[in-house]
Amino acid sequence: MLSAQAAPVIDVQGLVKIYGTHRAVDGLSFQVRAGECFGLLGPNGAGKSTTLRLLLGLSQPQDGRIELLGLPIPARAREARARIGVVPQTDALDPDFSVAENLMVFGRYFGMRSSDIARRIPDLLDFAGLGGKRDAKIGELSGGMKRRLTLARALVNDPEILFLDEPTTGLDPQARHLIWERLKQLLKQGKTILLTTHFMDEAERLCGRLAIVDHGRLIAQSTPAQLIAREIEPQVIEIVGDAPLAWAERASRTPGCARVETIGETVFAYCTDPHPLAAALEADPVVRGLQRRANLEDVFLKLTGRDLRD
Amino acid sequence: MMPSRSLFALPAPSLRFVPIYLRNLLVWRKLALASVLGNIADPLITLVAFGYGLGALLPRVEGVPYIVFLAAGSVCMSTAMAASFEALYSAYSRMQVQQTWASILNAPVELEDVLIAEWLWAATKSMFSGLAIIAVMLALNISRSPTLLLLLPVIMLTGLAFGGIGLCFNALARGYDFFTYYFTLVITPMVFISGVYYPMTALPEWLATLAHWLPLAAAVDLARPLVLGQWPADAAQRFAVLVAYCVVSFVVALALTRRRLRT
Repeated sequence: MLSAQAAPVIDVQGLVKIYGTHRAVDGLSFQVRAGECFGLLGPNGAGKSTTLRLLLGLSQPQDGRIELLGLPIPARAREARARIGVVPQTDALDPDFSVAENLMVFGRYFGMRSSDIARRIPDLLDFAGLGGKRDAKIGELSGGMKRRLTLARALVNDPEILFLDEPTTGLDPQARHLIWERLKQLLKQGKTILLTTHFMDEAERLCGRLAIVDHGRLIAQSTPAQLIAREIEPQVIEIVGDAPLAWAERASRTPGCARVETIGETVFAYCTDPHPLAAALEADPVVRGLQRRANLEDVFLKLTGRDLRD
Repeated sequence: MMPSRSLFALPAPSLRFVPIYLRNLLVWRKLALASVLGNIADPLITLVAFGYGLGALLPRVEGVPYIVFLAAGSVCMSTAMAASFEALYSAYSRMQVQQTWASILNAPVELEDVLIAEWLWAATKSMFSGLAIIAVMLALNISRSPTLLLLLPVIMLTGLAFGGIGLCFNALARGYDFFTYYFTLVITPMVFISGVYYPMTALPEWLATLAHWLPLAAAVDLARPLVLGQWPADAAQRFAVLVAYCVVSFVVALALTRRRLRT
């Protein structure tokens, strides 16, 4: 387990980044300790990727303080990047090179010797499940394989910290689970992971702690379980039927129902005690009610709203 | 408030650009044949078609057969074109389309390392084109003067100058279409007034004065006497003009690229 006294390997205080009049990052602060998996959650445009760029020293903040592995950013960002691996949102693999050449060429950017990189390549490919694809062209790889190669590429310098920007967006469930498996292995090896995502199950599975970010501001930060316990009623009943408004009205008057939201034809009733409403629903044969435990997605939607962000 | 480094800050000396340069070289090696053919076919056809075809109809130009006159212009034009092409279309696809620069910048290198690598690479690739035309000159016995060796620094500087100018426009580009304008509005007119196809004395005086200070004219003024086995007139001044284009264009390209990417 983590010791609370351990110095943070990522320390962000009051970070501000403004584009024109848009405050993309607006006073963000968080800390990540060695060996942790920390998730930055937020809707599209919340400032997650901008935050990663600022952390890597690729963008200059207007205000705030960043330290990575004890190094001030952006002043000593290059030294910090030597000890960090990045899985960007777009793979940006080199399409003219084979799988192994991609790793070789990328390792050289870190000043590594070709012979040292060559020695690492078989292990990296095995880890990524690409052992048989060493000489394959990038165009021949599936989306999941490209993602795993990008992960292998981020590990070429044996980094202490991994930044992953939406690592499983666009992948099918099989590919997604394989990536999660590999990330868990890396955590076991003691790597620190900073992950952005808008998949709540991803955050719940991987992250020891997470921060929900919206409009560049941190709106909640804790462990997944604590966030659910603190921010939202424990039970949710989803009601699907013909007359949502009537049921929404009725649910809001039912004891044990703290909050009711209607989205299209579905009523979401957030309950401290689901039994009275469940009983009422059972008596009505026309509507369907689905009772479940509240999850991180409920917290996320409560805190960031249901408006589309594209 | 974080101190923000000036857009015009000069890069500190470092060899970090080498692996980035090697990356481009490695890609080129895979596609070398197609790439070389593409780069030299056009100027080669121009040289042979105009040199022999048009040359048969023309009297001697500046005291030499037309193909000998044209050869020096062809070397410079081919070099300028190849450097421009690499610094525009190819660099743009690495910067914007393939996001190659973005992934390189996650490694411990700086934007100036990437730009130095691209600049030197554009010059290298343009030298391949210039050398190919020199090889044709040797093969067709257009010139076999020992002073041809001095063409090497001239084509290197020409490549650096046009690579640097190309990188400036690369940093301003919103898409590939932009480069079509650059070629038709900047490069093509420059070719026609820089003494590649005919002596600049054929130009109106005001245009000749303007053209005199263009990088391609400086390159042609240096190259043509060297093809004929002579020492160029005003060599130091013409050399200085080319060097100035190299230095200024690179500093401006670096500033514009920083403004574009370091947001």
